[in-house]
Amino acid sequence: MGMSSPEALLICEHCDTVYRRRTLARGDVARCARCEAELERYHALSVNAMLALILTAMIVFVQANMWPIVTLGLSGQQSSTTLWGMILAMWREQAQVVSVLVAATLFFFPLLKMLLLGWLLWFARAGRRAPGFVRLMVILHYLGPWTMSEVFVLGALVAIVKAHTYFDVTPDPGIYAYAALTLLITVFAGVDLRQLWDDVPEETA
Amino acid sequence: MSALPRASELGLIACTVCGLVCRNVPGDPRLDGDGVGDDMACPRCGTTLRRRKPNSYVRTWALLIAAFILYIPANVLPIMRTASLNDVDDNTIISGVVELWRAGSPNLAVIVFTASIVVPVLKFLALGTLLVSSQRGSGWARVQRAKLYRLVELIGYWSMLDVFVVALLTALVRFSVLSLVEPLPGVIFFGLTVVLTMLASMSFDPRLIWDGKDTDD
Ligand SMILES: [Zn+2]
Ligand SMILES: [Zn+2]
Repeated sequence: MGMSSPEALLICEHCDTVYRRRTLARGDVARCARCEAELERYHALSVNAMLALILTAMIVFVQANMWPIVTLGLSGQQSSTTLWGMILAMWREQAQVVSVLVAATLFFFPLLKMLLLGWLLWFARAGRRAPGFVRLMVILHYLGPWTMSEVFVLGALVAIVKAHTYFDVTPDPGIYAYAALTLLITVFAGVDLRQLWDDVPEETA
Repeated sequence: MSALPRASELGLIACTVCGLVCRNVPGDPRLDGDGVGDDMACPRCGTTLRRRKPNSYVRTWALLIAAFILYIPANVLPIMRTASLNDVDDNTIISGVVELWRAGSPNLAVIVFTASIVVPVLKFLALGTLLVSSQRGSGWARVQRAKLYRLVELIGYWSMLDVFVVALLTALVRFSVLSLVEPLPGVIFFGLTVVLTMLASMSFDPRLIWDGKDTDD
């Protein structure tokens, strides 16, 4: 068993159909002729652009986590919370499972994803594989579906509308930081991170 | 060889993690994904190479059934308690949707209803259908079934919406005797349901849809 010129062939992961790879032009999306899944798309983002996006996302992420998300007012009293306020509140209220879920999907996994990407892209910029490249790329693959910041933005909106019936609601900077983060995630969503395997060849590791 | 050759016909195998195309010995029993003697690793990322995800049917069924069992208390039990001076109110997922509708946000109510009710039910029905039809090797509506699977993968995690709503309200509504929000066990069951359905859709191998008798090409 050995490599079968990996650049030349492409296998649809949804139906196992084998294709010869073709060079994609700007805006091109290669689709599987059997199952219509997306095989590959042209990526307009250079490594530098991706790194810039990730660094921006990191800054926004720190702000989204430091700043309060929203403030409620009732009879002159005020109450506000941050993401970690939510995580601790759920822990105290006997919902530790939910606390861990929130911490993982809204804090640790997104943070880990950004750190890994930042690390890998930083070295990829110089055409090199970062130390730990293989292991980190595998972790990144499994992390994929478990980051949920964009779901949280919608959840915060729902919570605000619900609270609005009984309280004075003031959105805080944290919610705007989250909205910005969602925007960045959306821009990044079209990027197939597997391209890094090809972008930075093994020899220079 | 058909116009659209499949990896198994060409003696090729794709790494599920990094996408590398590798050559393998045709009919090698070690690559059946039954977990026995799977010792061929991807030369690029080290992941064990398998033609199909291991024990896909059994795992997906088990996770789906477990998710369904937890989905019952998730809906029956209240997920959140709102307490004020003269009133204690326990909300279920569905009563939360109704309340949101009454609060004057039908759009948001529809979104929450979709995320909390429609998406999980769709996942149960879709994965159940995919499992049964693939296990029977059915050639029925393969393209549509493949699309259905990708839809389930794409929208699955949005179900976590209500969990985040409860967590945020719990942390926010802290006005001692005046007004309090507490999470109730329903939200734990619901969170676990979402995680299990995500794991279920991940363990289903969409390539199985195309593995039965060829009728359409
Ligand atoms: Zn395909
Ligand atoms: Zn691999």
